[in-house]
Amino acid sequence: MYRGKAAELLAGIPAGARVRVCRRGRCYEGILMPRSELGDDRHVVIKLDSGYNIGVEVSDASVEMLEPPRVPSAAEAVQRGGAGRVVSILGTGGTIASRVDYATGAVHPVYTAGELLAAYPELAELAELRAKVVFSILSENMTPEHWRKLALEVAEELNSGAEGVVVTHGTDTMSFTASALAFMLKGLTKPVVLVGAQRSSDRPSSDAYLNLRSAIMVALSDLAEVVVVMHANLSDGLCAVHRATKVRKMHSTRRDAFRSINAHPLGYVGGRVELSEERRRRSRGEVVADTRLEERVALFKAYPGVSPELLEYCVDRCRGIVIEGTGMGHVPESLHPAIARALEEGVAVVMTTTTLNGRVDMKVYSSGRKLLSMGVIPGEDMLPEVAYVKLMHVLAVAEGMQEVRRLMLTSLAGEITPRTLPEVF
Amino acid sequence: MLRVGFEIHQQLDTRKLFCNCSSELCDSYGMSVRRQLRAARSELGEVDRAALQEERRARWYEYQVPPRSACLVELDEEPPHEVNMEAVEIALQVALLLNAQPVDEIHFMRKIVVDGSNTSGFQRTAVVALDGYIDTASGRVGIATVCLEEEAARKVAENAETVTYRLDRLGIPLIEISTTPDITSPGQAREVAQKIGEVLRATGRVKRGIGTIRQDINVSIEGGARVEIKGVQELSLIPKIIEQEVKRQRWLIQVSEELKSRGVAAEELRTEAVEVSGVFTSTRSKLVAGALERGEVVAALRLPGFAGLLGGERGLRLGAELAQHVRIKSGLGGIFHSDELPAYGISREEVEKVRAVLGAGERDAFVLLVGEKSRVQVAAEAVVERARQAIYGVPEETRAALEDGTTRYMRPLPGAARMYPETDIPPVGVSPALLARLKAELPELYEQKVLRFVRSYGLSRELAEQVVRRADAELFEQAVALGAEPKLVASTLTSTLTELRRDGCDVEQLSRERLMEVFSAVAEGRITKESLPEVLQALCSPEVELEQVLEKLGGRVSEEQIAELAREVIASRAELVRERGEAAAKPLMGVMMSRLGGRAEGRVVMRVLTEELRRFLEG
Repeated sequence: MYRGKAAELLAGIPAGARVRVCRRGRCYEGILMPRSELGDDRHVVIKLDSGYNIGVEVSDASVEMLEPPRVPSAAEAVQRGGAGRVVSILGTGGTIASRVDYATGAVHPVYTAGELLAAYPELAELAELRAKVVFSILSENMTPEHWRKLALEVAEELNSGAEGVVVTHGTDTMSFTASALAFMLKGLTKPVVLVGAQRSSDRPSSDAYLNLRSAIMVALSDLAEVVVVMHANLSDGLCAVHRATKVRKMHSTRRDAFRSINAHPLGYVGGRVELSEERRRRSRGEVVADTRLEERVALFKAYPGVSPELLEYCVDRCRGIVIEGTGMGHVPESLHPAIARALEEGVAVVMTTTTLNGRVDMKVYSSGRKLLSMGVIPGEDMLPEVAYVKLMHVLAVAEGMQEVRRLMLTSLAGEITPRTLPEVF
Repeated sequence: MLRVGFEIHQQLDTRKLFCNCSSELCDSYGMSVRRQLRAARSELGEVDRAALQEERRARWYEYQVPPRSACLVELDEEPPHEVNMEAVEIALQVALLLNAQPVDEIHFMRKIVVDGSNTSGFQRTAVVALDGYIDTASGRVGIATVCLEEEAARKVAENAETVTYRLDRLGIPLIEISTTPDITSPGQAREVAQKIGEVLRATGRVKRGIGTIRQDINVSIEGGARVEIKGVQELSLIPKIIEQEVKRQRWLIQVSEELKSRGVAAEELRTEAVEVSGVFTSTRSKLVAGALERGEVVAALRLPGFAGLLGGERGLRLGAELAQHVRIKSGLGGIFHSDELPAYGISREEVEKVRAVLGAGERDAFVLLVGEKSRVQVAAEAVVERARQAIYGVPEETRAALEDGTTRYMRPLPGAARMYPETDIPPVGVSPALLARLKAELPELYEQKVLRFVRSYGLSRELAEQVVRRADAELFEQAVALGAEPKLVASTLTSTLTELRRDGCDVEQLSRERLMEVFSAVAEGRITKESLPEVLQALCSPEVELEQVLEKLGGRVSEEQIAELAREVIASRAELVRERGEAAAKPLMGVMMSRLGGRAEGRVVMRVLTEELRRFLEG
């Protein structure tokens, strides 16, 4: 939006109006474009008839409105139809449902799930699609409260006739939400598929279409788990199906950013869905959303030079702490007093590893053995973020530290793999 | 009235526009990826017609990734980095040299191009300046815009399903200069292209060689339409292409008048093709028989009132226009029309049967479409779309230039709807301070430089032009500043190096530094004019040092030694000398020079030899 000197010059002429801007003997005619909030207040942006935008300096400039803004074409209707099998699409925001936002000049989630389907009418051939926007936020703004709301919505859709649910989600924290749904949805009998895009859907090269199409196919498949479906490689032919509790975003920008860690993907979607025998299959029955979460949990990273005071702060405030330790699950000795105090005060401490790949093993070195003897729970091959979400849920549902320990060491949603095959790394 | 405008695209010799990759083209590549593209809506809610056409084909694009010249940015797997300011400055300099007005703030746009030549599905492009001009012998021609954009990927292979591109060329900075349609003759068009080329080269920062500069020509005539002809690489072809396009538009106007006079209406043209595979069960046409064997079909489409209008001379055949549209829009290769049949193994009987099936009368033409059933229907729509346009006249479109000066249909003219703001790149302010610096550093234009070289260094106009056009003019001036003789430096940089290359020397080894070392030795008198080629030849071997060469050639021979040699040579050929007198100097000079092996200046040898001859003849 225009502010300062530019706003003064425009004197209320709205963006989208056809204008003539003259400065120092030169005039430019075109459509007045909105300005990014990040831009300065010394230029107005004009879209010339050639389609190009240019910025014109406002000092010594004059502007005249030639035509008021054109009314934009109305949003198209939601696509329905398909093969009679219903798939619900729940929108939460993110790049998959995003387009250019002229207020910030950046990509922003303003698309409704319905508009998304309007953009990809072929998807209606796969299933009858029922679209709903649960919320529209960037995934970095996701909170446990959003997870709860989403889990309830998913359960409702599944219990009211949907063959499966697709959740469109920003990719940054998608794996947290996926884990949260995996732990909260009890007695899951149908697929719940989280899907996103690394390239916004307003670009011809967006990965959104293939991801969304593949996600809908997985939502119709013989599966009863929460999964993430995203590009398997840099090409546009294949998507991977990742188990919610084993997946992680491993690249900031690539379309194949999502990888299964310590496990193979659960399957792939090319022309059709191919799933591993290890999956839980579709069955009958109502799903229950147990949305209890203890939010006073911290994710704490150990590293050389880390200040013990930071951990002491967490001990004061939290009921559980997941530590990302070095290697097989170690921390600098300087943190030991804080950990000992945590355990004495009934704060659960779970150890995971910064290497992500591999299993913690705290029996090999004395520093690990010391932590074990204090009562630290070894997190096996759980990803730190997954252990964090799980501990929130476990602390809310378990009675007593013994039960917390037992549940943390039990695989509730496939988050702990008993054996690790060499090819997964 | 003829109206011609130009778009000139020139690659810059810098790193890429939005990443740190080299802009070199590569012979090999590492990995490759396969992608598909979809047209997106513009910020105004419109979809571009050119983009839609490509999307209908649903093709795959394969991208080869040469590690030296492509990274995640070219793969569209990482957002663009900040714009390469060196390229922005070159573009602004070119704008200033073309008398154009730089914009206050440069905004990069996404120009939707879904033919796969950009992995992102758009080309990043920005207007850098507007409203310039250049003067030609037949009047002033406006420069509408100067844009800075990214070059597209390089197409290396293509078939009906997949187009393969290499990513080395994608993202090379490209300056696009668009003239206004003020050009009124093919000759003036050529002059404009040449002058703009000179401005670009004057910056010293543009790439040279095949494919580094391309001209697109916009042509329209009275009653015709704007047609953009892309990819003209040869300056000399420009007049021919314009003449051919004028001819083509006049012909299309005639076709339109003829169709109107026959009373043909657009609604009569129906897109429903009739399958006639049954007619060809025992055909002699290998193409048709092969297609039927593969399970493909033959379909026929009636074109009411078009009889006799589909054939004609090369470049002016409606049948060819239909075939080009079909190939582009459906990927279908097999199309025949009734004006060329019977032929290609298709018999008169088969033609008659098809006519009967279609109910086509004498005034009607038809086309046969051979291929997969799904493609045939798209092909039929393409034929009807183009045939309908023929009734109205010249369609606005983009065409590709061919080597013989004719053109081929590529796509509809893209509209303004294909432009989106590139929100990943912040606007670039063009400050008065930056412009002031660029103005102070503006390079000398070709004509100015040639005149100065003639005036200041006493070069002939021809030699001066050669230095400016073909050689490193900066190196020339530096060598002359050291004290080397200008004509010698100029001819060395132009003809001598060319001759050495022709003789198989690796003149690439003669780096700027090495050449400066040599000219410095020339200035000091340590290398003679005569021995210079030999020295340069020796230095084409990378391991050889200048001092070694000089040592080998020996030092300079004194005048006394030359005189001694001259007396010896004269004595041994006394008869010849007596017979021809002083004119014997010419043949003897050759003997002298070969004996001296370049260790003395030719003019000195000549003077001493003439003196000795006189002395011999007098004595």
